Amino acid sequence: MTEIIVVTSGKGGVGKTTTSASLATGLAMAGKKVAVIDFDVGLRNLDLIMGCERRVVYDFVNVVHGEATLKQALIKDKRHENLFVLAASQTRDKDALTQEGVEKVLDELVKENFDFVVCDSPAGIEKGAHLAMYFADHAVVVVNPEVSSVRDSDRILGLLSSKTRRAEKGESPIKQHLLLTRYNPNRVEAGEMLSVKDVEEILGISVVGVIPESENVLAASNAGVPVILDDNSNAGAAYKDTVARILGEERPLRFLEPVKKGFLKRVFGG
Amino acid sequence: MGILDFLKRKPEPSAGVAKERLRIIVAQERSTRGGPDYLPLLRNELLEVIRKYVNVDVEAVNINLERDSGHEILELSVALPDGKPVL
Repeated sequence: MTEIIVVTSGKGGVGKTTTSASLATGLAMAGKKVAVIDFDVGLRNLDLIMGCERRVVYDFVNVVHGEATLKQALIKDKRHENLFVLAASQTRDKDALTQEGVEKVLDELVKENFDFVVCDSPAGIEKGAHLAMYFADHAVVVVNPEVSSVRDSDRILGLLSSKTRRAEKGESPIKQHLLLTRYNPNRVEAGEMLSVKDVEEILGISVVGVIPESENVLAASNAGVPVILDDNSNAGAAYKDTVARILGEERPLRFLEPVKKGFLKRVFGG
Repeated sequence: MGILDFLKRKPEPSAGVAKERLRIIVAQERSTRGGPDYLPLLRNELLEVIRKYVNVDVEAVNINLERDSGHEILELSVALPDGKPVL
């Protein structure tokens, strides 16, 4: 059975694409057959984060319009042979994607026996975001510990429980997973940043993972290597934990404690 | 933190303020969610009308939409300022 996961947030720049890339890669590392689709029509980005930007020939819209087959458009990941990327189109036509078109592509992925389809949603709550979430079985709502991001994710949680196929057909609701990213335990301890508990309380849902703010995320996107593959970064390790939890494993949250600076650093700065 | 850092002014802990503001706005937005799009507009226009007569706060007008089986109740409450006679 194919499970469809949407990675969404409402607000832009919170880490949706970073999360989609790492989630898809993590699921593939667990032996699953995975496709990750960029729904951000007009602003293709997932290909860069996955490091396959020079291999894009056909895209999502080409498949929807019958200009290419799904097989032609799926880009096989260089690192995992069971991982495939479907790039967004660069067209400026906002109506290039239709509900029927998206459904057709997803149905074909089901027939090809994919275990997971990860849908990387565009920011906002317009058509692209709506289509990315509409067919989902799971939703990963990416949120930063910051007021506008928290408010927007509450809005998204509302849409997930009313404007999706599962909601409209009265089926069991989408499984919602809240993922807190760009978390800085030192600033939380100083009272400058909302804590995990604060965010959980406001939104009334517990987190599936907490990704610490990390320099390695930028380094990973610079290199086109999903950060989950960076064995030396806390962010990568936190993504590994998150993927395991989504697959049903129980793991304690890590990296929530402030990093204490050494004596020399405290005296001389740094 | 270096030797001279104590001279810099530390930022006020602001997470508490953020949490309180979010708690209020999220609750307010949830109460009107799924309701007709005109609710926020209705709220603002009501506020303008009320303000012609009484100087009330922006948060004084509260609109709540409740759904029971078969019918909806639009609940409206206006908190008037203390002790001042209504004109």
